[in-house]
Amino acid sequence: MPEIRVTPLGAGQDVGRSCILVSIGGKNVMLDCGMHMGFSDDRRFPDFSYITRNGRLTDFLDCVIISHFHLDHCGALPYFSEMVGYDGPIYMTQPTQAICPILLEDYRKIAVDKKGEANFFTSQMIKDCMKKVVAVHLHQTVQVDDELEIKAYYAGHVLGAAMFQIKVGSESVVYTGDYNMTPDRHLGAAWIDKCRPNLLITESTYATTIRDSKRCRERDFLKKVHETVERGGKVLIPVFALGRAQELCILLETFWERMDLKAPIYFSTGLTEKANHYYKLFIPWTNQKIRKTFVQRNMFEFKHIKAFDRAFADSPGPMVVFATPGMLHAGQSLQIFRKWAGSERNMVIMPGYCVQGTVGHKILSGQRKLEMEGRQVLEVKMQVEYMSFSAHADAKGIMQLVGQAEPENVLLVHGEAKKMEFLKQKIEQEFRVSCYMPANGETVTLSTSPSIPVGISLGLLKREMAQGLLPDAKKPRLLHGTLIMKDSNFRLVSSEQALKELGLAEHQLRFTCRVHLHDTRKEQETALRVYSHLKSVLKDHCVQHLPDGSVTVESILIQAAAHSEDPSTKVLLVSWTYQDEELGSYLTSLLKKGLPQAS
Amino acid sequence: MDDAINILQNEKSHQVLAQLLDTLLAIGTKLPENQAIQMRLVDVACKHLTDTSHGVRNKCLQLLGNLGSLEKSAAKDTEGLAVRDVQKIIGDYFSDQDPRVRTAAIKAMLQLHERGLKLHQTIYNQACKLLSDDYEQVRSAAVQLIWVVSQLYPESIVPIPSSNEEIRLVDDAFGKICHMVSDGSWVVRVQAAKLLGSMEQVSSHFLEQTLDKKLMSDLRRKRTAHERAKELYSSGEFSSGRKWGDDAPKEEIDTGAVNLIESGACGAFVHGLEDEMYEVRIAAVEALCMLAQSSPSFAEKCLDFLVDMFNDEIEEVRLQSIHTMRKISNNITLREDQLDTVLAVLEDSSRDIREALHELLCCTNVSTKEGIHLALVELLKNLTKYPTDRDSIWKCLKFLGSRHPTLVLPLVPELLSTHPFFDTAEPDMDDPAYIAVLVLIFNAAKTCPTMPALFSDHTFRHYAYLRDSLSHLVPALRLPGRKLVSSAVSPNITPQEDPSHQFLQQSLERVYSLQHLDPQGTQELLEFTIRDLQRLGELQCELAGVADFSATYLRCQLLLIKALQEKLWNVAAPLYLKQSDLALAAAKQIMEETYKMEFMYSGVENKQVVIIHHMRLQAKALQLIVTARTTRGVDPLFGMCEKFLQEVDFFQRCFIADLPHLQDSFVDKLLDLMPRLMTAKPAEVVKILQTMLRQSTFLHLPLPEQIHKASATIIEPAGESDNPLRFTSGLVVALDVDATLEHVQDPQNIVKVQVLYPDGQAQMIHPKPADFRNPGPGRHRLITQVYLSHTAWTEPCQVEVRLLLAYNSSSRIPKSLWIEGGEMAPQVETSIEGTIPLSKSVKVYIMPKPARR
Repeated sequence: MPEIRVTPLGAGQDVGRSCILVSIGGKNVMLDCGMHMGFSDDRRFPDFSYITRNGRLTDFLDCVIISHFHLDHCGALPYFSEMVGYDGPIYMTQPTQAICPILLEDYRKIAVDKKGEANFFTSQMIKDCMKKVVAVHLHQTVQVDDELEIKAYYAGHVLGAAMFQIKVGSESVVYTGDYNMTPDRHLGAAWIDKCRPNLLITESTYATTIRDSKRCRERDFLKKVHETVERGGKVLIPVFALGRAQELCILLETFWERMDLKAPIYFSTGLTEKANHYYKLFIPWTNQKIRKTFVQRNMFEFKHIKAFDRAFADSPGPMVVFATPGMLHAGQSLQIFRKWAGSERNMVIMPGYCVQGTVGHKILSGQRKLEMEGRQVLEVKMQVEYMSFSAHADAKGIMQLVGQAEPENVLLVHGEAKKMEFLKQKIEQEFRVSCYMPANGETVTLSTSPSIPVGISLGLLKREMAQGLLPDAKKPRLLHGTLIMKDSNFRLVSSEQALKELGLAEHQLRFTCRVHLHDTRKEQETALRVYSHLKSVLKDHCVQHLPDGSVTVESILIQAAAHSEDPSTKVLLVSWTYQDEELGSYLTSLLKKGLPQAS
Repeated sequence: MDDAINILQNEKSHQVLAQLLDTLLAIGTKLPENQAIQMRLVDVACKHLTDTSHGVRNKCLQLLGNLGSLEKSAAKDTEGLAVRDVQKIIGDYFSDQDPRVRTAAIKAMLQLHERGLKLHQTIYNQACKLLSDDYEQVRSAAVQLIWVVSQLYPESIVPIPSSNEEIRLVDDAFGKICHMVSDGSWVVRVQAAKLLGSMEQVSSHFLEQTLDKKLMSDLRRKRTAHERAKELYSSGEFSSGRKWGDDAPKEEIDTGAVNLIESGACGAFVHGLEDEMYEVRIAAVEALCMLAQSSPSFAEKCLDFLVDMFNDEIEEVRLQSIHTMRKISNNITLREDQLDTVLAVLEDSSRDIREALHELLCCTNVSTKEGIHLALVELLKNLTKYPTDRDSIWKCLKFLGSRHPTLVLPLVPELLSTHPFFDTAEPDMDDPAYIAVLVLIFNAAKTCPTMPALFSDHTFRHYAYLRDSLSHLVPALRLPGRKLVSSAVSPNITPQEDPSHQFLQQSLERVYSLQHLDPQGTQELLEFTIRDLQRLGELQCELAGVADFSATYLRCQLLLIKALQEKLWNVAAPLYLKQSDLALAAAKQIMEETYKMEFMYSGVENKQVVIIHHMRLQAKALQLIVTARTTRGVDPLFGMCEKFLQEVDFFQRCFIADLPHLQDSFVDKLLDLMPRLMTAKPAEVVKILQTMLRQSTFLHLPLPEQIHKASATIIEPAGESDNPLRFTSGLVVALDVDATLEHVQDPQNIVKVQVLYPDGQAQMIHPKPADFRNPGPGRHRLITQVYLSHTAWTEPCQVEVRLLLAYNSSSRIPKSLWIEGGEMAPQVETSIEGTIPLSKSVKVYIMPKPARR
């Protein structure tokens, strides 16, 4: 029985270091290769020794697919390809290919330069690793080798995020990566066709959440910013460089444009500038509005948003500043925060989640006095707001995607075990498909029954068509032919053609059967009785009485002869070819019942 | 037809077969009465349904849909042909292997419905299965079919699978279509969202589900932002700002009870309004509008969502939702927090949005005095930011005041900044903001008699001034110490009883009856009547159209009479020259006026057109006579005479039905003499014409029922700027033109923009059809860009911009006449014969600079 085996090395009942091994139709594919934010020891990368203890990974993996540029999906890539050793192809979309190295470099810098880690991958390794990348377009079918093909679908979430369909023969697996079913200000919604894969591997970050309309949150956000700016206050929005930052920029930019506001908006420089540049280039990956207005104006060419300079923080008057990092734990955002915290006219808006222990978390939980380094105490008078702008599908969205793809099995990754449990139960209940949620290192094996395509020769098909009515999808039809299996492809041809092709002579197979009949009359009369009996029973077959005394039904021959020992018993000799087996056996059983009494 | 059927039997090619069936379809639709032929064709179609090519099956189904017999009884009459149940046959193809054929089958079914055949209810279940088809066109058509069935059998009961319950079919269908709002293909989503709007029979329980989306966070129930806002409002604490964890989940949810994909209508609109494609969002807003109009409770509920749509990223969607809100505003009262969001949109930089919002505010109900105050403050803010919105804001405040007199009352002292003891400074009377406040207060005071007591002295003075200068905005008030001037006629008097209308009638009749007065007297009477009519038109705007129309006609007549009185007819030929100018000018002016009469008024009927053409014919005759007398030599006259006779001929052909009404008229006599004229020499013709013109009587112009003069005002450019628009010569500069058009029919084709340069060069610009908006019946708004360009000038100069009405006199005449005439090809509609100025011209100061090298 063919199987699909799935083993998560990371992201199994967990969020972080996504890495899933899939074996399908004899091919091994690795989906994502991420790092874990919660660890700084060896556990931060997936355990690649699971694949092989010694020897290069290239021999064991046919390809690696990266769904999007977040570090928990691509962070371990240089380590995996350069330090562990992998030379095969790595597939990702073009925006991912462009932005991924920037983030990896940033990650490396923090790990090596700031934390002083040794034995970490180098810039050169990132470059070498990116050389192995093959870019794919949306909906482009890429042949990895003769049998394995992959195809990318749009996933929303971040720029360039994609879902991948991996297909070998008629077996297929869809891996969603992270996706978003509701469009936002710069990206569209995930979409997949009814590809009916054997297995759908989906993320389940928000397995137990159904979210409110995005509009309320946006409106609240804009209203808060607008009010503060009108009051003459300053607004600080701590963000991470990529993803939400661009969404919020677009949101504010269009609002400024619409309302004709004049207060400046600044964006802290560095990483972001480079990233914004890529956002400008990959317009086809954005949503309908941006694509439509692109002809007049690229929405990412911000009119109102300018680069931030350190000196601006002290300048008077209202302003809005986007600053990194997002959790206010270090860097520019913290510096600005310290400058502005003292005035109640100002406001800080946290657009995302904050890890415990960061300044962001403290102020969100209502702390008004913060101890900074050097025993300083910072009193926070400014308003603190929280807005959740998250780009994962909620429970309803996940169900919607499952409904769209119509998979035979579902496998949940990238979520917490307890929440998955709930979603698993729901999926099984509503779609009546089996659902799995393996932990890291745990293997799920699915047996599949792939349909095997068989080519039929045109001649045979036409002959069949000529015989009967149109093929009806609901009724099976019997068809005679010869199945030729040659180098793993199957063909159905007519027997004559098969004989010719294979250079074989035709053999005839005939069955003969004797039926004893108690009949005192002469052979001819017996034959006549048999004839009239058969004629009356087999109305839609051609029954003939030949001059030499034998009876034929179609091509079946029946001869009557006297029994050599017992003259009162007649022996009926029934003979038919292999092709007429069905009719022949029916005929014998009929004759064995005996003839009706002559009236 | 027989040929086609015969060929059909022997044909092998699928493409040819499909084409042949197409031919048969065309034949069949041309002969709708012939039952036998239809039966035969249906029979043919049924035979070919088993064809292997999808194209042929498609066509067969199409044929069945278009020709399938409507009544079975009729089918039974035609013996020999098997009685076929067309619906069953088509229904069988719902499960065809080719999606195109499935689509065609559904379409055929819809076609049957359109032709009035009652579809069976069994189709419903079949169609429901097709909703999960792989192909979007099939799903899209299936949604339509389900909708049709649900409209046919709204009350029949269908069972819910996997339970014992039963629900009404329309509710079930509603649920299914709602489900399609989250379909994978946006085409289907648009279709579904659109159809939802027209399912008014659905029960309110289901309807309200569409706006409901159970929120949860970590398996705990969460309240939506809307619910929270409502609670905050009802608890008296307003907009505290959001705290971390403010939306913290409350109660635990039983995991078993949560249904993630409700098969029902749950949250359909929530999804539709959040959709990625704006087409879907617009469709959803439209559907919301239609449903809310039929159900007040639903209107109340959907308000929050509509208000949210005011912040959509696409302007069209915002505009649509504002319009929707306006349509349902009778059913709703805005809460303060909702009003807040609505008013925030006033700062939008798009003029359309702001004006739509003003219209919305005109008919909104506000619940509190704070709401009114808020609205006023925001509108004033809008006024300072965009001064061009002045008129629209005043109008808006007028309605706001008259709708909420009791809410305005407590605000009056504050608004007028009066003080119980001290006199405050008198505000500036020309300040638009102050006028805005006064408009609000005066309109509220109309129904609130206690209010004037709060006014200070200068307010009364300002009232008197505004009542005169902005009479359309300020109503008549019953003020202490002064009489109410009963100016407006109460509207319940019908036009016939209206004294001003009677006056109009009488003065016209006077003119028509006194035909045989001495020339001097006639002229004077005409002059007086024209003056009266013009003044009447100014005073009574509802009669302006009729009065102007009649006055123009009388003016033509006056001109004609004057021209005929000229001395030139008596003096010898050499002296004509100077005087003939006058007559020629008169003829020309009459022509112009007749074109105006024909094309500038909406509601002109055929009987008026005849009279107008008749007048024009007279003018042409006059022209001919004058030219004949002033030109020497006969040759040019030949051509002119011939042309004139052609015109007469044309007139006769076009208005043959109306000729009996033209007894004793110029044309009547002319036609009597026609045979003679045809053969006569030009000089003779001229002579005859001259006598006839003098003898002809003055035709009575019947007044049309509803007539309005087309008019236009250019709002922008205002023509006040002293700063020239500078641009490099040879390049173009875009000039924004914004104009309102009243009573212009089909403005997309006839309204043009003309630019006159100082060197006399005139340029005509055809605005795009999309530049015209239609804010109300009879009103149009033209917002377009005009491109100017010229060679370099030494100093800035003014160009004139105005609107023109292009006309083509042949386009008004019904086409059938041309076909009867048989010699003329149908005219191209767009050809322009001439133009009439529609608006006053506006001067724009421009300066093309020489290009820098």
